[in-house]
This record gives sequence, structure tokens and C-alpha cells, in this order.
Amino acid sequence: MSHYEAPIRKPLILGNKTYHDVSVDISKPIFGKANKLWWFAFTVALLAFLWGVGAIVYTIGTGIGVWGLNNKINWAWDITNFVWWVGIGHAGTLISAVLLLFRQKWRMGINRSAEAMTIFAVFQAGLFPLIHMGRIWNGYWVMPIPNQFGSLWTNFNSPLLWDVFAISTYLSVSVVFWWTGLLPDFAMIRDRATKPFHKKIYSLVSFGWSGKAKDWQRFEEVSLVLAGLATPLVLSVHTIVSFDFATSVIPGWHSTVYPPYFVAGAVFSGFAMVQTLLIIMRKVSGLEDYITRDHIENMNKVILVTGGIVAIAYLSEFFVGWYSGSSYEDFTYLSIGAATGPYWWAFWALILCNSVFPQLLWIKKFRRSFVFSFFMSIIINIGMWFERFDIIVINLSRGHLPSTWTQFSPTYVDIAIYIGTIGFFFVLFLLYARTFPVVAQAEIKSIMKSSGDRYKGKKH
Amino acid sequence: MSHKIIRALFDDDDVLMDAVKNVRANGHEIEEVYTPFPVHGLDKAMGLKDTRIAIAAFIYGLIGLGFATWMMNYMMIEDWPQNIGGKPSFSYAENMPAFVPIMFEMTVYFAAHLMVLTFYMRSKLWPFQKAGNPDPRTTDDKFLMELPVSENEDALVSFLKENGAIEINIVDKH
Repeated sequence: MSHYEAPIRKPLILGNKTYHDVSVDISKPIFGKANKLWWFAFTVALLAFLWGVGAIVYTIGTGIGVWGLNNKINWAWDITNFVWWVGIGHAGTLISAVLLLFRQKWRMGINRSAEAMTIFAVFQAGLFPLIHMGRIWNGYWVMPIPNQFGSLWTNFNSPLLWDVFAISTYLSVSVVFWWTGLLPDFAMIRDRATKPFHKKIYSLVSFGWSGKAKDWQRFEEVSLVLAGLATPLVLSVHTIVSFDFATSVIPGWHSTVYPPYFVAGAVFSGFAMVQTLLIIMRKVSGLEDYITRDHIENMNKVILVTGGIVAIAYLSEFFVGWYSGSSYEDFTYLSIGAATGPYWWAFWALILCNSVFPQLLWIKKFRRSFVFSFFMSIIINIGMWFERFDIIVINLSRGHLPSTWTQFSPTYVDIAIYIGTIGFFFVLFLLYARTFPVVAQAEIKSIMKSSGDRYKGKKH
Repeated sequence: MSHKIIRALFDDDDVLMDAVKNVRANGHEIEEVYTPFPVHGLDKAMGLKDTRIAIAAFIYGLIGLGFATWMMNYMMIEDWPQNIGGKPSFSYAENMPAFVPIMFEMTVYFAAHLMVLTFYMRSKLWPFQKAGNPDPRTTDDKFLMELPVSENEDALVSFLKENGAIEINIVDKH
């Protein structure tokens, strides 16, 4: 059997690894003990999460009047955070599905953690519409079920209901995609475990996976079909999120460029979050040989492309708004009015963080630097938060009637819920990093002979 | 009914592939092969039939599409038609553009979940299922071939060793 791969392609698994070395490396964080740094990070995340829980309980108990919303700006931090988290939740499926269809082998070092990040981010996203309902106990009204109002059904014309379907489909399909890929890796942990407790837990979660030839055949077919289904799904999710705005008649929102522009922005911010997490994780979990400089550079290239798409979308929004000659367009989030108005800082944060600073990634030296990539990923995440803040708050702050013009300022509850979701996200991710096989080791083993440092270039 | 089987252990996927081909060419039947990762071409070499799970997924997707169409037609057009935002619910065809997103989502939802459930059921994977690999090393770096013992046991054992087996066990399987 040929494992030939062009010598110009650099090896993806460094360090002269055998199959057994891969199993040892991937199971090490699970069987080992957490260090002080992990406990410190976990405690901070947990405290932030608990603060958020307190703020959510207060919001539900009192009503959403405790937020900074007002009559005119009736969506603000909550929906900003919702769109920000959903956007971050796009990288995982892109890496695992789209890169699988394109046969990109470098995805195998990062897909597991990217999918985990996706799932945890979509959890956070889902929280915001639920608590924004105010009466969360009526949340089931979004389901199309016979009810006590003579079966007054949900409104299938509404983009908000499309969102319910899109995000629940996305979350549940991502979870089964992730778990199916995890079965062989859980089985490896199960078979290597020595403590009875580990053996019990990993037997339970590996569903009795035993690696029969027929199971692998089905496994590969299922992965391929799921990738084919998840690819249009991931594009549809942020398209539908953008419909929440694009189907309305508010200047700045009513825009046909929104769906592709939102999807590109989501991938942009999602990859940035993957960078943030993996640059830390590769050090902490000892995965330097699996998540290499080349992986980071490849992700930076995706960031550069999607960031470019986003920048062109900004330009076209700006131009078309100005060219329309409509006075309302002078105050949309991409206009002279926004750049010089009371939200000038939010406007410039968006432009600088999303379109100016990322251009430094054209320089190869920066693109291949771990430290630079880490800080760039943070900047992009800030920029993408401001993009959603600008779209929502700047556009709503300048209505058709100047007498309705107003400003938004968040209360501490808004801030606490946002910080709380970041805490919740990191609580989940830190627990994941200690208990899950964080690299898809079965898939890594299948490319060892073509792309592993030990075997590459040798005759087979 | 118990019968005697040979378990031959290999430590390389290429050696295993050649062994599988030679064993079959020699007229022996292979019961099962356990591998730690998907070895490409192994199913063909063992003579396994192609899986039909993708066809099943396509049918599940059609069911999802049909269900979404039926559901929204019943709820929005037949049971309680409403004029929402000046867009009356006359017929499904006329109002369909607004229903496309959910028709798509339900197609994906049904196809993905029912396909994965089918995979789990057919391969007997679910919580509390006992692992079936006879040797724990087969999820790490070893490959195990199971084949029934023929009349000439010693000849088969030496044939497997010639083909690169590093360990041979003969056991009674129930």
C-alpha cells in the first residue's frame, strides 16, 4: 500500500512517533494530575460562571428591566453576545467537516478541540435568547406543539423561529458528529486505563467500540456523509442568524450582503478562538508535536482570507450606504455618521481590530509566531464582538425620528452575564481538556505513515 | 456452539494488509479483523460488502423534508392560516420561500440523527455495551486477525507467522 506524500509537504506529526507513542501522548493528560495553573484557571472561570449565574437568576427573578435596554435600543448586549458566541461556534464544524471534504490532513491535529469549542460556544449562545425571553418558563412556546391556545401554532415566517430550528439542529448534529469521532479514542483510553473508575467511565462512554473492520467501514462512511451534511448546515446557521437583521426594515440591517458576510465573519472569529485556545493547550497538554507551527500558520491563512471577505463586505456596505443618498444611511453602523458620532470608538474598534491589524498576517514571520498569533486572535475576538455591537446598537440608536435618538449603556447585570458565559465556556473547556482525548488519535494514526515524521519519505 | 479459532496479532498495518490478502488467496476464511484506526482498503481486501448507510441517510433526509413540508403546510396553511405582516397564508407553494430554511434544517436533522442511530444500532454501539475486542492492545498499536482453525492447524499457524504475525493464540470461541 502506498503512503506516498510529496516531500515538499512538511510532516504533520513531529518527533519520530510510533503508533504507541501517540496513544501515550494523548492519554497522558487524562491519567495525569492537574497542575496548579489548571486549578487556578478553573477557579477563576468557575467564579466568573457563578457570578453570571447570579446575574441570570436576578434577571429572571426581576425581569429584563435590570438590563440597560431602553425603548429604542431593545436589543443590545444580549443579542451581541448571542451572535458573537454563535459565530465562534462556527470554526469547529468548518474544521471537521469542510476540511474533511477537502482532504486536509492537518485538520486531524485540531478538529477534536475545535469541535469541543464549537459545542461549548453554542451552549453560551443558546442562553441569551432564552433569558431574553424574560419569562423563561414559557420558553417551550417556540416548539411547534399543540397548546392550550386552541393550537395557535408558532410562526414559521419568522427568522427568529428559523433560528430556533437552525441552532438546535446545529448543536445536536455537532454533538453526534463529535461523539461518533470520539468512540475509538474513548475505547483507546478504556483499554489503557488501570484504575477501575477510569475503566468504568470510559467503557460507558465508548459504547463498547471494538474496532472491527465493518465498524470502521461504517464509521468512515458516516463521517463523510455527516461532513457533507454539516457543511451546508454550518453555512445555513449564520445565514439564518443574519436573517434576524436582514429581513427587518431598519437602515443598516436591511442588507442583502448579510448572509455571506456573517458566515465569513463567523469563520473569522471562530478560527481566532481556536487559535486562542490551542496555542495555550498545545503547551499545557504537551501537544507540541501534534499542533505544530504549520497548523497555526494554516489557521492564520484561513483568518486572513475570511478577514479579507469581511473587510470587503464593510467596504461595500459603506459605499452602498453612501451611494444611496438616503439620509437615514448616514447613521448606519458603517457610515461617516457612525465614524464621527457618539459611537466613534466602537466604529474604530471594529475597523482596526478586524480589518487593519489582521493585515500583519501577510508577513510570514508573524503568521508563524505563536505569541503574535495568540495576541492577534484576542484582537480579532474583540473586533468581532464590536462588529455585532455596532450592527445592533449603532443602528438602533439612530432611528427614523431624531427625537428617538438615544444611547445605550450596559448595567452591571449585562456585564456579569457576559463575563459569566465566558467563565462557563472556560469551565467546560478546562474540564474537557482533562477528561477527553483532545486529539483525534485514531485519525492521527491513520496518517502517520504519510505525514508522520518517523515514516515520511521512507519506502513502504 | 463453541469452535476453535486462531487469533493472530500484527504490529503494522501494511503487514496486516498483505497477510489478509495472502490468507484469503490461500482459501482461508477471515472471521474478523480488529484495528486501532481505519486501515484504508482493508474492507475490500477482506471482501466485505460496501455499506449502504449513505443510501439510508438519503432516504432519512427525504423523510425529514417530507415531514417539514407536511408540518408547516398543516400548521400555517390548513389549521390556522393567518395574515402576518400583510403576507396572507394562501397556499404552501405561494408561501414557500419563508419555509425553505426549516425545510432544509429538518432534512439535515433527520438525515444526520437517523443515520448515526442506524450506525449505532447496526454496529451494536450503545452505553453499557461490553467492548468486543479480544485484546486491549488492538485500540493502541496492534492489529488482530481472527480466523477459524482448519484441519491442519500447524500449517495455518506457520503460514500466519510467515506472513508477519508476531503472536498467535488458539482459543475456544463461544
